[in-house]
Amino acid sequence: MGNKQTIFTDEQLDAYQVRHLQLHGRYHELAPHLVPMDYTKDPDCKLPLALIVNMPELKENPFRNRIVESFSEDGMGNLSFNEFVDMFSVLSEMAPRELKAIYAFKIYDFNVDNYLCKEDLEKTLNKLTKEELTPEEVELVCQKAIEEADLDGDNKLSFADFENMITRAPDFLR
Amino acid sequence: MPRKRDVSSDDVGIEIDGDLSDSDDGATQRRTNRRQAAGRGGARARGRGKKPASEDEDEDDEEDEAPRGRRGANKKKPAKKRGGGDDDDSEDEAPKRKRGGAANKKKGGKAQDSDDEDSDAGKGKKGKKGGKKGGKDEEEDSKGKKGDSKGKDKGKDKDNDKKKKKKKDDSSSDSNSNSDEEEESMSEGEMARLMEEVEEKKKLIATIRNKPWRMKRRLTHLKEAQQFVDKFEGALGKGKGRKWYAYKVMMTKKWIKFQRDFENFRTACIPWERKIKEVESHFGSSVASYFIFLRWMYGMNLVLFGFTFGLVVIPEVLMGLPYGSIPRKTVPRAEQATAQDYSVLMDFNGYCKYSVLFYGFYNNQRTIGLLKFRLPLSYLMVGIGTFGYSLMVVIRTMAKNADVGGGDGDEGEFTFAWKMFTSWDYLIGNSETADNKYASITTSFKESIVDEQENQKDENIHLRRFLRLLANVLITCSLGGSGYLIYFVVKRSQEFASRDDLSWYEKNELEIIMSLLGLVCPPLFETIAELEDYHPRIALKWQLGRIFALFLGNLYTFLFALFDEVNTKLEEEESIKNASIWAMKEYYANYTRLLNDTESTPPPMDPSDVIRGPCWETAVGVEFVKLTVSDIQVSYLTILIGDFARAVIVRFLNYCWCWDLEAGFPSYGEFDISGNVLGLVFNQGMIWMGAFYAPGLVGINVLRLLSSMYYQCWAVMATNVPHERVFKASKSNNFYMGLLLLILFLSLLPVVYTIMTLPPSFDCGPFSGKPKMFDVIMETIELDLPAFLGTLFSYAANPGLIIPAVLLMVLAIYYLNSVSEAYQNSNMELKKKMQMARDEEKNRRNNTDSTNQVMKDLEDLLPNRSLAPPAPPEPEKGPEQEAKPTKMKPGSAGKGVNLQKDVALASPNPNVRGPVNRAPGPRGPGGMPGPGPGPGPGPGRGRGRGRGRGPPPR
Repeated sequence: MGNKQTIFTDEQLDAYQVRHLQLHGRYHELAPHLVPMDYTKDPDCKLPLALIVNMPELKENPFRNRIVESFSEDGMGNLSFNEFVDMFSVLSEMAPRELKAIYAFKIYDFNVDNYLCKEDLEKTLNKLTKEELTPEEVELVCQKAIEEADLDGDNKLSFADFENMITRAPDFLR
Repeated sequence: MPRKRDVSSDDVGIEIDGDLSDSDDGATQRRTNRRQAAGRGGARARGRGKKPASEDEDEDDEEDEAPRGRRGANKKKPAKKRGGGDDDDSEDEAPKRKRGGAANKKKGGKAQDSDDEDSDAGKGKKGKKGGKKGGKDEEEDSKGKKGDSKGKDKGKDKDNDKKKKKKKDDSSSDSNSNSDEEEESMSEGEMARLMEEVEEKKKLIATIRNKPWRMKRRLTHLKEAQQFVDKFEGALGKGKGRKWYAYKVMMTKKWIKFQRDFENFRTACIPWERKIKEVESHFGSSVASYFIFLRWMYGMNLVLFGFTFGLVVIPEVLMGLPYGSIPRKTVPRAEQATAQDYSVLMDFNGYCKYSVLFYGFYNNQRTIGLLKFRLPLSYLMVGIGTFGYSLMVVIRTMAKNADVGGGDGDEGEFTFAWKMFTSWDYLIGNSETADNKYASITTSFKESIVDEQENQKDENIHLRRFLRLLANVLITCSLGGSGYLIYFVVKRSQEFASRDDLSWYEKNELEIIMSLLGLVCPPLFETIAELEDYHPRIALKWQLGRIFALFLGNLYTFLFALFDEVNTKLEEEESIKNASIWAMKEYYANYTRLLNDTESTPPPMDPSDVIRGPCWETAVGVEFVKLTVSDIQVSYLTILIGDFARAVIVRFLNYCWCWDLEAGFPSYGEFDISGNVLGLVFNQGMIWMGAFYAPGLVGINVLRLLSSMYYQCWAVMATNVPHERVFKASKSNNFYMGLLLLILFLSLLPVVYTIMTLPPSFDCGPFSGKPKMFDVIMETIELDLPAFLGTLFSYAANPGLIIPAVLLMVLAIYYLNSVSEAYQNSNMELKKKMQMARDEEKNRRNNTDSTNQVMKDLEDLLPNRSLAPPAPPEPEKGPEQEAKPTKMKPGSAGKGVNLQKDVALASPNPNVRGPVNRAPGPRGPGGMPGPGPGPGPGPGRGRGRGRGRGPPPR
């Protein structure tokens, strides 16, 4: 019984490696002068946020800056190749829901306090709607969202709240 | 850490794969000495750890130390157990190994990074370190290298790929040293144990992907675990199937991908999906619901079109008599002069009237063509089948929608949160799509906000009720008024019909009144509806219902006029029939008289000269076609002028106008959902009624729907602005469908009435010459079917059979109805329960703090055994090592196996869990569940630990 799964892992790993190669290509492309082609010596180089958010995958995403920031170790959006791979593996469709939920939480957590508070939601909402909603509407929506998902009554969403909410969403990781 | 030594000895036990060993051996020459392994090379080393430390080889030990140290740290537990007594190493071994394995995987990898660098040259070496053999078994350990070699190979590849992290892999494998003998003795118990461990690894691998670790860390762990799994797979002999599994897995993946692609393809095949989505993203689901309805309508009409043209029109064109062959297929001589005039054709007279488009063109020949196609029968069947199919489809769609929809709006607990966090589609990479997505997200938020505001609204309920009542009274009054007006006007027009001295107004009074009503009433209703202050979605339904009632008046007048016409035509026909026959006779008489030749058959009369009846069916058909066409023209012109011209004016005159046209009075138009939906519904009613008399009408309608799809989509996007309150349409279009069903039923009545009761014209159409249209069926039954079927039908038509059947159906309806009601109730009940459960959970979570405190106190009160155990392990060190040597490999192996098996069954996953326990869990410091099997740990853990402790006593 274990068999299938074990091999599956193998397979995944293989895919993983292939993807790494391709990814390195992409990474290299972003800044040919910064990134060496040869990674065997593990050069220490990082790409700044501005370069990464211009990738076609992210260009149109309203949260692109947050995405990159939450994957960077320094929080400023500078990505090493490892982090770059990390980002893509999480964003890939092979990544499991739980993992996605964790990073989604990080992405929406604008002020990096491990809670989604009202300001975070407002920012999220404004990015989603290009600030087309009136302040009252934003207020209402954020209020409702917190009301709906906040289980521990602290008026902000902890990860537990978030996960509980998002894993039931029909649209989340179809 | 103190225990390194001991630990290391335990660790030993991690297996290796033999495959690569041979090649590696060459590389790793130092170990050659130990390598008796040659023999085992081929075999997979499953023998995990029987061998204790072999101190013989110094080099190995050196290398091992680092890893061991770490491992030791990790596994205090195993070490402790050891202390207990090594006599029965076999017993302990299983657990230890497991732990050791786990530890190795985790720590070993990192620890050895540094080591590896040095040892890279000789990769094989590491393997040895692990292997310390108990006295006798010493020789065997060398196998370890094989594992390493494998690991390394992989590692290297990756390194080359610029992954340095991979190196750890090697390390993990190194830790294992093996005893070969075990291979042969691989028993069921071992198998089970292996399976178990593989299982654990798998778990680890699975969870690794879920860990929010940085890539580095994740890679490390993943690699190690994977390696382990690899080896064991081999050890378990499953390796043979590997390729097959790999193939299967690959195919599964491909299949999944294919399915996804296919899904995409299917979506791409849904006509106008993109257009509708675009409209939806800007105007909300309510406007989109109209277009979806339109699309559905188009689909249904396409099927009707297929039936009508495939079974009636095309056969007639291909196999029927050509134009001009018989009177009914010829333009009468009197009309021939103007038959091709544009104005005449546009009125569907002239050549149009005598074409396949209309009923009158069809001949009453029982069969046509070589295929003996029974056209009259087919005509009747298609006419009835149209209704049958439409009814079926409408009802089925309604049922399906009801199934899906569940109703209006509320989709659960997390409307806003879900919208906020899951609405963005991360696959969007196109700026236009992104713009649409922004628009649609905004729209959907607005929809939900409207809903929410509606929920929050709480005002004077009595006032609201009064206003609603008032509004309904007003609207009922105006509906009644317009109804009476229509009735009055129709009566008057009947009077007028008998007079000739009519003014222009009197002639057109009916039409004028009707269009005035249609123009004034809907806005009036809308104004009155303001009083009610319903949610826009509900308001739309009311509005639709009211206008529907108004339009029914329209329908009524139209049908009334039509039946009048038909009746006069029928009377007229009687006389013409005689005249026609008389004329025919006269013609022949004249012919014989003139030629004085009774023998010769006279040539038939020129078809265009024959006197013919009015053919009321064709007249009705023409009426419907004209109505449909004028309806198309009117609605297109309305859009062009009312929306497009208005938009152009507002847009461009705004530059030179004294007030703001865009924000002020004319502004841009909104999309009129109710008007358009009703237009569509009534148009469909016309089609249903007219299709029997004018088969071509269905084709016209298909064209109309097709063009209006594009036209209206364009118009809406180009000239309209979204509603002020964008509201979400109910998920099911069932209200529209309900209206459609009503219209279908209403249009069914007159058609069936004419088919069943009115005599068909004597000289035109497929049923000419028969007293009733449905006689075609009788004829077929009599002539074409075996006699017994005829009797069967006559029995089936017996009232004695029909009445019970009807009764039965009524009963069935009643039963199903009550059942569905019961389901509805239980549904509500369940919903309530869910809500309650959710509230409860909320409360519980809110109270977690207090309960936590209680739990903590409880745990504090437990005997703190975690303090005790650390002591014993140290002393055991010595004994352990000694003990090992004394063990007899073979014997112990056998024992160990059995014991291990038990263990395996008992604690499925000690490895993984062990470390977890140790870490300060959420339970807090006091309760340190560590050693105690009792309180904290779950059954699995408890047992694992319990077992661990077991040995010491001995």
